[in-house]
Amino acid sequence: MEKELLNYEEIERILTRITYEILEKNKGTEDICLIGIVTGGVYLAERIRKKIKENEGLNVPMGILDISFYRDDINIKGKKKEIKPTNIPFQIDGKKVVLVDDVLYTGRSTRAAMDALMDFGRPAEIQLAVLIDRGHRELPIMANYTGKYIPTARNEKIKVYLKEISGKDSVVLITQ
Amino acid sequence: MKDLVGIKEISRQEIEEILNTARAFKEVLTRDIKKVPTLRGKTAINLFFEPSTRTRTSFELAEKRLSLDVLNFSVSTSSVVKGETLYDTLKTIESYNVDYIVIRHSASGAAKFVADNTPACVINAGDGTNEHPTQALLDAFSIVEVKGKLDGLKIAIVGDIIHSRVARSNLYLLSKFDTEITFVGPPTLLPSDVPSNVSISYDLKKGIKDADVVMLLRIQLERQKGAFIPSLKEYFHVWGLKGDAFSYLKKDAIVMHPGPMNRGVEISSEIADSPRSIILRQVTNGIATRMAVIYLLTRREV
Repeated sequence: MEKELLNYEEIERILTRITYEILEKNKGTEDICLIGIVTGGVYLAERIRKKIKENEGLNVPMGILDISFYRDDINIKGKKKEIKPTNIPFQIDGKKVVLVDDVLYTGRSTRAAMDALMDFGRPAEIQLAVLIDRGHRELPIMANYTGKYIPTARNEKIKVYLKEISGKDSVVLITQ
Repeated sequence: MKDLVGIKEISRQEIEEILNTARAFKEVLTRDIKKVPTLRGKTAINLFFEPSTRTRTSFELAEKRLSLDVLNFSVSTSSVVKGETLYDTLKTIESYNVDYIVIRHSASGAAKFVADNTPACVINAGDGTNEHPTQALLDAFSIVEVKGKLDGLKIAIVGDIIHSRVARSNLYLLSKFDTEITFVGPPTLLPSDVPSNVSISYDLKKGIKDADVVMLLRIQLERQKGAFIPSLKEYFHVWGLKGDAFSYLKKDAIVMHPGPMNRGVEISSEIADSPRSIILRQVTNGIATRMAVIYLLTRREV
């Protein structure tokens, strides 16, 4: 069974709100950079970057990060085979890095992303922005910016469709 | 996939998967910290029954960049000289609980034998005159990096083809794509029967003038006991790639060599050090490609 949780307008409003929250918390754009986690996080980060540009008139640095090489579950779930090259074309030392992901679940992806970032340098701060927080954390990790908190059961699935890949914007809860 | 024994046995899709993964690893090699924790706690052993410096070094670096623990086992220091069979050597190594075995052996089929007799992942680093699959993969990766694709390319493979496992693996790989292959060299060094998608040229200029990629092979001095060529000097004179080739090669043709190259035998310095040559790029890409192969293999559970 599928149930739509968020539609295009709602996702847009959430991203606008998150953009303002990022600007508010960091008192502007100084030293901010965005890093999107492959795949969904990359498109969300691009949209936030665009909204920052609309508000503040400048493009903040943005990178993309594939966390496959830092996962802790390759022995359990197997290896991911479609890996995108990570691309962080700037120094992150001293920067306030805002990690962007679509769904926050166990927290293990975030852990992997933070470990990866540490191999790139020593950011002043790492913040986390997510579209959906579905609960069930296995690590002490929480987001600084949450689009929507959706309590779920473990056997349910959250599917995020973004128009850049799927041609539409929608968040769906799938119950088996 | 548990092992990489040869290119012959794998599909185009699997090749593309390896090349795609290698792109991600190439990025890792550009970082300040060129190492990822992916295979932490696992062990690789490099079993070299034939001398090799660069292939072994390349594998060792690839393994270390993936955070594997690495053991090197080479023939001159091993119990093989004391009479141990390959099977017993393998069983001994297995007792160390290794996860990856990289093997080079002078006997064709050695890698397959090892792969069939162990749950560990086995990677062929060259077996006799059979295959050298990671070399073909890194060559393909390098071509795609420069040319953007393999399909539609004309590729000339020049030199000692009958003795070359590099040529065999490259032939298998390129034949899985839409490429035109030409073997170029003296009749004594070319196979007598070639697949239908391969043409033969006994003339260097004719063989390479339309090529997008010229792959040179090393004259294997250690395998020349049968007097295949009159002398190295004569080989260079007739078959060596020299500066005059610039006048007739395609403007964007690239020159490759698996190394170690013999300057003044297969290639002149003028060519080797020119911007056409992507020989050093091949070396860097070798590490990324081998990381991808190791990463994608999965051990059989017992």
